[in-house]
Amino acid sequence: MTESSNASQGEFPIPITVEFTGGLELLFGNERKHKVVLPARLEDGNRPNISYLLKYLVENLMKDQRKDMFIMEDNVRPGILVLINDADWELEGEETYELQQGDTIVFVSTLHGG
Amino acid sequence: MAPTPCFNCKEARAVIIRPKNRHKLCRACFINIFETEVHETITGANLFFRGERVAIGASGGKDSTVLAAVLKTLNERYDYGLDLCLLSIDEGIRGYRDDSLETVKRNAVQYEMPLKILGYSELYGWTMDQVVQQVGKKGNCTYCGVFRRQALDRGAGRLGIQHVVTGHNADDVAETVMMNLLRGDLPRLSRGTSIVTASDASDIKRSKPLKYAYEKEIVLYAHHRQLDYFTTECIYSPEAFRGSARTLIKDLEKIRPSSILDIVKSGEDMAALVPTGVSGSGKQMAGAAEDESAGGCGSGNGRTSGGEMAAMEKQLTENDAAESRETEIKISNGGRAIRGPTGKAVKAQTLKHCERCNYISSQRICKACTLLDGLNRNRPKTAIEVSVGMEDEEASSTLMRQMERAQLSAT
Repeated sequence: MTESSNASQGEFPIPITVEFTGGLELLFGNERKHKVVLPARLEDGNRPNISYLLKYLVENLMKDQRKDMFIMEDNVRPGILVLINDADWELEGEETYELQQGDTIVFVSTLHGG
Repeated sequence: MAPTPCFNCKEARAVIIRPKNRHKLCRACFINIFETEVHETITGANLFFRGERVAIGASGGKDSTVLAAVLKTLNERYDYGLDLCLLSIDEGIRGYRDDSLETVKRNAVQYEMPLKILGYSELYGWTMDQVVQQVGKKGNCTYCGVFRRQALDRGAGRLGIQHVVTGHNADDVAETVMMNLLRGDLPRLSRGTSIVTASDASDIKRSKPLKYAYEKEIVLYAHHRQLDYFTTECIYSPEAFRGSARTLIKDLEKIRPSSILDIVKSGEDMAALVPTGVSGSGKQMAGAAEDESAGGCGSGNGRTSGGEMAAMEKQLTENDAAESRETEIKISNGGRAIRGPTGKAVKAQTLKHCERCNYISSQRICKACTLLDGLNRNRPKTAIEVSVGMEDEEASSTLMRQMERAQLSAT
């Protein structure tokens, strides 16, 4: 995206791991683990946070057309848990959490059958 | 953000916020507290007795996998002296059940429990794939739901086990309460909240030890213990999990996480208020034992816990005060009318045994047999003979034999 300007600022892209489980993997090509590289800075100068990641995932990674199975009103659909490095995202500031290199973000659906 | 310390041990990093009290816990404390609470549910309701043989209704999904893992842990930690086994129902849906049954087989090895898999084909002479071929995708969930309800009981009966535990959680119970509230079915609301359903008419007792466990915590428990479970959507009902009651529950949880247990509590309190005579007789209930609520499946595996074993259930766990307001439905031959508090006559249900298969039914022929009749009638070139009046213990296996024959002659 804005890699050249990032590089000139001496900032490196942010590689992270994204995991989908509990049935969500079905929406993402039936793949549980995805490696994603996010830009160090967004066009507005901010660092990428979970809000940005959600948009990124829907636009770039989601194979299924039913976007509302994952996102509702620009946020994660109720019933889907988000873990940031294994901790409930509520402990990390939810969608405002700024992603760090090597983070693992897990999305777990509780909506599917048991 | 600086790591938050655990509310319990004050040392390790908190990774979980409990929905019911917002306590922030570390992984180890969470696992321990979750297990301890299930233990308290079990002991508080006197769910088991020493030496009891218990079948865990196992689908390979998160709820039943967590139930199996927790029961194994507790059985060892507190020395319950239970003889646990896994009981799985194979609906006969290729590509859906195949993978989850593989998970159950792995669970059996992981938890060192014997496993019994019982197929619809074996029980009814029809796989769900064959049912769908016959009736189409619309409405097939009704068949699946009705068949599944009986299947666990029959499976347990075959194993000589009298207690089946299922993985129904607090969200499931809250969902059932809401659904029955929305359709004005107070009797069924009352039954759906009880932790144990048992009956004089059936040997099999059913209970839900995870009744007070949040679905969120079940998923997190499975995640943090890295349990091996399987999730998929039923291929015949891909939209089923978007049930409106379910969505409502999840939306409420988002706003106020304690809502779920509050709804469960409200359901229990309302159950205590259900007037004498009404608790057993649901509004337009076609058949208590084979009660099919909301398409059977919900999100996967018999989610709608509301009506199971419904009208004949005897609530074992309630206190004396509630008991005096409760009615036990007795098996009898004649119907009787009971007056509700409004003076309006409420038709009480009488439960008897299905003439075909001997399963509990409010009708002469139970719902599963009625559905099978319809299926078999339309199965080309199949002669079905049904001996009406078989009331002995062998009647159910007679049905099975007939169904097996039916299948043989059809293939």
